[in-house]
Amino acid sequence: MGRITLDKVRKAFGDVEVIPPLDLTIDDGEFVVFVGPSGCGKSTLLRLIAGLEDVSGGQIRIDGNDATMVPPAKRGLAMVFQSYALYPHMSVRKNIAFPMRMAGIDQAEQDRRIESAAKALNLTDYLDRRPGQLSGGQRQRVAIGRAIVREPAAFLFDEPLSNLDAALRHGMRLEISELHKRLDTTMIYVTHDQVEAMTMADKIVVLQAGVIEQVGSPLELYRKPRNAFVAGFIGSPTMNMLTGEDAAKRGADTIGIRPEHVTISTTDGTWKGTVGVAEHLGSDTFLHIHPDSDPSKTMTVRVDGEFTAHHGDTVWLTPQEEHIHKFDAQGLRIK
Amino acid sequence: MATQHSRSAARIMMAPAVFLLLVWMLVPLCMTLWFSVRDFRPLRGGDLGFVGLENFGRFVSSSAFWPAVATTLVIVGGVLLISIVLGVMLAILLDQPMWGQGVVRILVIAPFFVMPTVSALVWKNMFMDPVNGVFSYIWQFFGADPVVWLSEMPVFSIIMIVSWQWLPFATLILLTAIQSLDSEQLEAAEMDGAGPLSRFGFITLPHLSRAITIVILIQTIFLLAVFAEIFVTTGGAFGTRTLTYLIYQRVLESQNVGLGSAGGVYAIILANIVAIFLMRIVGKNLDK
Ligand SMILES: Nc1ncnc2c1ncn2[C@@H]1O[C@H](COP(=O)(O)OP(=O)(O)O)[C@@H](O)[C@H]1O
Ligand SMILES: [Mg+2]
Repeated sequence: MGRITLDKVRKAFGDVEVIPPLDLTIDDGEFVVFVGPSGCGKSTLLRLIAGLEDVSGGQIRIDGNDATMVPPAKRGLAMVFQSYALYPHMSVRKNIAFPMRMAGIDQAEQDRRIESAAKALNLTDYLDRRPGQLSGGQRQRVAIGRAIVREPAAFLFDEPLSNLDAALRHGMRLEISELHKRLDTTMIYVTHDQVEAMTMADKIVVLQAGVIEQVGSPLELYRKPRNAFVAGFIGSPTMNMLTGEDAAKRGADTIGIRPEHVTISTTDGTWKGTVGVAEHLGSDTFLHIHPDSDPSKTMTVRVDGEFTAHHGDTVWLTPQEEHIHKFDAQGLRIK
Repeated sequence: MATQHSRSAARIMMAPAVFLLLVWMLVPLCMTLWFSVRDFRPLRGGDLGFVGLENFGRFVSSSAFWPAVATTLVIVGGVLLISIVLGVMLAILLDQPMWGQGVVRILVIAPFFVMPTVSALVWKNMFMDPVNGVFSYIWQFFGADPVVWLSEMPVFSIIMIVSWQWLPFATLILLTAIQSLDSEQLEAAEMDGAGPLSRFGFITLPHLSRAITIVILIQTIFLLAVFAEIFVTTGGAFGTRTLTYLIYQRVLESQNVGLGSAGGVYAIILANIVAIFLMRIVGKNLDK
């Protein structure tokens, strides 16, 4: 059980409206990711759902019941904070036990839940340590453990991986996804990293300045971005945006083409350009190409790792017409 | 920056200050140690020669010694209790966002800058005076008999005066400690179902434990030496004679410098034991 409905939810800090009225439904068992640039109001939205901030207007419903005025502890939600927010003077065991202790759950049941959470999160050997004696990844797992034992209706994560290094982040990403599959509980996950959003989400909510730009599955967002902002935000490397003659020819104000949807040739094609920087990832290579028509611009092209090109080489680019995204003057997608 | 040359230049420039500090500290210390092993009574024959550890024995075996120790403990303990309990409460209050926070904070700290003698006199004459004091007016307003504070409850009165002086210090240190508490921890506890009291007991108080220890140790060192507040109020009468006051009486009232110095050496040892604990804890704090 964990269906969360936001109905015209609004948040203002003083005179500044951070979140204009917003509607959103999160279904039971869904993994929803809020993604958007820094400062767009993702954390604020999550904290509104958690009850750590009061809404300025609108209604929050959890499983159909109005939870707008319900205090955080009573909403049945568990949150994992960016700073982990572990209690430094308590052992890992006490940290994990804390919410159960507050709820007055009996000792035997507490031990059972701690045991199973510790086993699932590989923390069994660390239960008697203090958080200060753990690595970043382990602390993260303790924070997750503390959330799991409450058996909440939904988990809320606020950029939980941003303090970890890249290798650990990838591992934890998989662990959280796996946890979701196993528990089948609603999870709301906030990140500014579109890779995390794409890889983990059932449903992505793209936010900009407190406004929902688009809601959809990762592939929907990738294939049919509703506007130029979503098109530029989702996908890595970012979509190439072209204006002017190329766009006008196709009846649009701006056209976008993803780096993986451009064919490269050394002999002929639509656009002629010069190779700038080449980023070799092994399997793929990202070529940054300056078109001859306007050398100050850069187009990114994704090519096979075997393709060789050097700085200053002349190449020809051809967009795959069926993958071109067209946007009008307001940045909206043209069907 | 730290080349050989600049370092030796720095040493030369620091030398006068270091020298002054050493003299300032060492001369009185050596004189105390010297007098403590001599029978020195300025008005009754002057320096009567070396007596070994006799002064040390006489100081602790005098009938005034143990009551003085007890009074000292009661005053130190009472002031610590009041300044820490109220200090924690004030610190939490001052940590709340409010209008005019800066001014309020300065006002709270102000008593710390009042000289002990002055504040004790203000308390004695303006608050505790049984005829003209503010307290007596309040008591009379409610139809009660005014309390003669300094003779009816002298130790408590002194505790009150000294607490008033030290409360700002405790509040200030505890306030900085509270401000360093990660607000996400409190929010996490709130989500975990901890009410305001549990949050205070399980999160805030443990976070403050180190700051509280430091306040206790620093204040103890200074409270052991409380003197002016007793001198200008009860003059050591009514059971308010602390160890420090006893030493003063031995030296100036009984004119027995040797005996007083021996008491002074005890006080030095006591203060140093506290200081060692303080250094340990502060040192640990810095390591973290
Ligand atoms: N307590 C607050 N008071 C005033 N403004 C705030 C507060 N919290 C957040 N904001 C503002 O709200 C906006 C959104 O912040 P936040 O939700 O933290 O963004 P994100 O998590 O997407 O980076 C920011 O412009 C921020 O300055
Ligand atoms: Mg944020």
